[in-house]
Amino acid sequence: MNQIEPAPIRKSILVNAPQERAFQVFTAGMGGWWRPEHHIAKTPFADVVVEPRTGGRWFERDKDGTECEWGKVLAWDAPRRVVLAWQLNAEWKYDPDFITELEIRFTTEGSATRVELEHRDIEKFGATSAAVRAALDSTEGWERALAVFANAAPKA
Amino acid sequence: MTYASNALAALADPTRRLIFERLAKGPQPVTALAKKLPVSRPAVSQHLKVLKDAGLVTDRAEGTRRIYHIDAAGLGALRQWLDRFWDASLDSFKAAAESDDDGA
Repeated sequence: MNQIEPAPIRKSILVNAPQERAFQVFTAGMGGWWRPEHHIAKTPFADVVVEPRTGGRWFERDKDGTECEWGKVLAWDAPRRVVLAWQLNAEWKYDPDFITELEIRFTTEGSATRVELEHRDIEKFGATSAAVRAALDSTEGWERALAVFANAAPKA
Repeated sequence: MTYASNALAALADPTRRLIFERLAKGPQPVTALAKKLPVSRPAVSQHLKVLKDAGLVTDRAEGTRRIYHIDAAGLGALRQWLDRFWDASLDSFKAAAESDDDGA
């Protein structure tokens, strides 16, 4: 077992909407909320499609109809849970042999929905670059990054 | 927008990944790494150079030997980038789900 495994990204938010709507917006409505600067084709996407079934495709579609794969649907369990394979590698390129798992769970809490996200296997991404370092901007950023990774580091 | 490395396939290469995993157990000199691998010592050195360029490993001198070890900052920085990415993405999703628009 690889001892260098940075902890998965885990997020938990409360969405003031019913479970079915939260699930629907996340999946069928992804093109409406995905941040437009995070596209992989040369132009911003017109839509992002999550095919609503296990084994379905996950891709962006541009205004001219060109489709760029992002990954696939590993598990479709509407409206409670969806597991996607995020297959954009460290170069932000689709790689059929590169798979990280993204699990999103939707749980009713009163009239709202608890949405929990886990992005795991992230050690597969590998390295960072000078560009990432510049993007992180500050020495405090690096110190926090080191602290975050500290519990996964080997005994030196 | 990428969180990319110039050493694109640094960990995709199976031998490099094996070297990286061996170093995860603790710092080692090149000779010790090469002993346990079915590739030549120069090949191991070359792999280490790629890993070093990718910011995944660093080395220090110990007498005449060079000892390699994991550079924890490499993956830590990536993880932090991803962490911020998901914060921003989920903020955007939440706003869409809570809006009155037909978001789906």
